[in-house]
Amino acid sequence: MICAGTGCVANGSLKVKDALETELIKRNLQKEVKIVLTGCNGFCAKGPVMVVYPEDIFYQLVKPEDVPHLVEEHFIKGRPVQKFLYTPPADKNTIPVMNDIPFFKHQVLRALRNRSLIDAEKIEEYIARDGYMAAAKALTEMTPEQIVVEMKKSGLRGRGGAGFLTGLKWELCARVSGDIKYILCNGDEGDPGAFMDRSVMEADPHSVLEGMIIAAKAINAHYGYIYVRAEYPLAVQRLQLAIESAKDHGLLGKDILGTGFDLDLEIYQGAGAFVCGEETALMASIEGKRGMPRAKPPFPAVKGLWQRPSVLNNVETFANIPPIILHGADWYASLGTEKSKGTKVFALSGALNNIGLVEVPMGTPLKTIIYDIGGGIKNNRKFKAVQMGGPSGGCIPGSLIDTPVDFENINKTGAIMGSGGMVVMDETTCMPAMAKFFLEFTEDESCGKCVPCRIGNKTLLTILQRITNGEGREGDIELLLDLSQQIKDTSLCGLGQTSPNPVLTTIKYFRDEYEAHIKEHRCPARVCTPLVKFVVDQSKCKKCGQCFKACPAGALKWEKGQVAYIDPEKCTKCKSCIKACRFWSID
Amino acid sequence: MSTEAAAEQTATNNEVILPEMYTRIDAIIEKYKDKPGSLIPVLQQAQEVCGYLPHLVQRYIAKGMNMSPSVVFGVATFYSYFTLVPRGKHVIRVCLGTACYVKRSEEIIEKIKAELDLEVGEITRDKKYSLEAVRCLGACGLAPVVVIGQDTYGDVAATKVMDIIKKYD
Ligand SMILES: Cc1cc2nc3c(=O)[nH]c(=O)nc-3n(C[C@H](O)[C@H](O)[C@H](O)COP(=O)(O)O)c2cc1C
Ligand code: SF4
Ligand code: SF4
Ligand code: FES
Ligand code: FES
Repeated sequence: MICAGTGCVANGSLKVKDALETELIKRNLQKEVKIVLTGCNGFCAKGPVMVVYPEDIFYQLVKPEDVPHLVEEHFIKGRPVQKFLYTPPADKNTIPVMNDIPFFKHQVLRALRNRSLIDAEKIEEYIARDGYMAAAKALTEMTPEQIVVEMKKSGLRGRGGAGFLTGLKWELCARVSGDIKYILCNGDEGDPGAFMDRSVMEADPHSVLEGMIIAAKAINAHYGYIYVRAEYPLAVQRLQLAIESAKDHGLLGKDILGTGFDLDLEIYQGAGAFVCGEETALMASIEGKRGMPRAKPPFPAVKGLWQRPSVLNNVETFANIPPIILHGADWYASLGTEKSKGTKVFALSGALNNIGLVEVPMGTPLKTIIYDIGGGIKNNRKFKAVQMGGPSGGCIPGSLIDTPVDFENINKTGAIMGSGGMVVMDETTCMPAMAKFFLEFTEDESCGKCVPCRIGNKTLLTILQRITNGEGREGDIELLLDLSQQIKDTSLCGLGQTSPNPVLTTIKYFRDEYEAHIKEHRCPARVCTPLVKFVVDQSKCKKCGQCFKACPAGALKWEKGQVAYIDPEKCTKCKSCIKACRFWSID
Repeated sequence: MSTEAAAEQTATNNEVILPEMYTRIDAIIEKYKDKPGSLIPVLQQAQEVCGYLPHLVQRYIAKGMNMSPSVVFGVATFYSYFTLVPRGKHVIRVCLGTACYVKRSEEIIEKIKAELDLEVGEITRDKKYSLEAVRCLGACGLAPVVVIGQDTYGDVAATKVMDIIKKYD
């Protein structure tokens, strides 16, 4: 099983596959060893990644030139190759078996149930893993009402951000009469730092289609669209292929499985606008217009795409549906917390040792995700905060690391669950600069329809810019808080209503950093260049010389046993020295 | 001169659109003309033909689709996927998504800007490179990410990025 997800392909996994094929033929093993290209395995940072069954051996960072050695050792002599096995940080012993690795051990796979097990381009492999059984059950044995009841009982909440009960949403639409209805899938995944929907679409496209068939039956829709970002060409290609093979197998199109139920699905490629992830904007976009949200009601369940009743769900939401129908609501609801059932997929990135895609039960403590699965913070630095929910979310500080991760508890911190991006930050991240970064994003992505979002976010950004430039004024923090509240209260859509969250949470938890910028003209994380002096603090310098080695401009003077000195004439302010200094001795 | 006339003039001055491009655009329009809501796919495919969306082509599409040019222009400027200026032979796209930002991808952009003497959204004088900043390529596990043409590079250091770029001639 070789990973052919976007991350691994970028790291050359297809070349590894070619090398492996050649080598197996050379050794006459092509009959004994079968090569399968899978979707993202989750552990992208270690790509190219490969799993060998039945032993379940996990190989990482495999290069094409290593393949002959690997074949010799593993397939001929039958021993795992130490060099490509996973070694935990701060440990010497390798862990050969995939499910023994902490990154995998704490995970429970439901939406990602076929991860590393099937070839996404072969419908037979999906079917062999109980694929389309749930759709068959829904179409032949269940009434629309029964499906809705089951979904409501399961407690599944939408994975696209707001966490609305999926069963309830379907019920609202099912109740509206109308001969034309639409079922829509949201694969826009605009939150930068999130890539789980991409992975599901690439690795297991049929699970999305099957979820959509079940939903279509529940609301009685016969036509649907999957809205995918144009930046995801592989996802588009795999979904397209999946739709065609499902049609060939009588699982889509007219008279599905001989039940008389029709459903046609089509892919619609988005053109790059964050706000198009919002449901009414997404529908406007499919209609070929500028993707601008409109006021609700009327809700899409009543008047959606082309003014027809429509249901929009997220990719991961759909992927969760087949097992619920197949194994029942009680099975599904047995995992999770009181109001957040099941599992959630998270995209871990940032300052962690183990970056990648993980699925854990709702309610798993943040600490387990960051330390056990994520392997802790890189380079032994300190955990500062984690950003959840992207530009609409907020940061959760290190002091709240025991927070159980579910909708309610994350909301309590001021962040939101969002789509599941978790960007981990260490002490080299400056919080006001981070807030500024998100505001640049929302200011740019605001569709401009309503004033609080268009002008308000711009003003927030201007204030943050002057703070990070060292021109912050007394009272700026209060101004930010005040304005943020107004934007939240008066914006039309979710973008504006949530865009101040990064500002609010960074002030809530890191107010001292804002004050240092404004009152002392100091950036504690040494990120905001205008506030960095580029002077070595003589009393803190440990004379280690790391800065000297790192400086590309020759501006650093240092000799063994001597305190370092930066020549201001030569310094280009590239900050290489600051990153190199372990002791925070450069101000 | 009115802005419209000015746009017309710059349009006619710099935009070279080959006859065969029009033939291909005709085919695209023909395919989608009667399908409601298909302006975005038409623009996407026209951009593939020309490499970008010249003003003349936007007007041409408006006429073919029986729409006002302002609607076409409105849609073309709303979505970041569309570009109204020509691109270089090699398009360098640096990710400025969250995961890449915390890995200091801004410094990569600064470096390229200084070395190639251009701004984001511009093209070098020899037309070899153009630089774009993008929002998350969905490869956050490899952050910071730089894409050149069709090739994705992960874990790129600002100090090394020029070595990668120079491989593309
Ligand atoms: C500005 C904005 C951006 C959004 N982006 C996405 C997105 O990229 N993907 C997504 O599934 N939902 C996104 N949503 C949420 C959708 O509007 C919608 O609630 C969701 O797709 C419904 O599916 P669910 O009930 O399965 O979660 C966004 C909402 C807003 C306000
Ligand atoms: S809140 Fe922002 S994005 Fe949403 S409608 Fe208003 S201006 Fe547009
Ligand atoms: S890296 Fe820091 S501690 Fe080491 S010599 Fe430079 S300034 Fe001093
Ligand atoms: S792309 Fe291979 S592990 Fe994610
Ligand atoms: S943030 Fe750069 S690839 Fe996702």
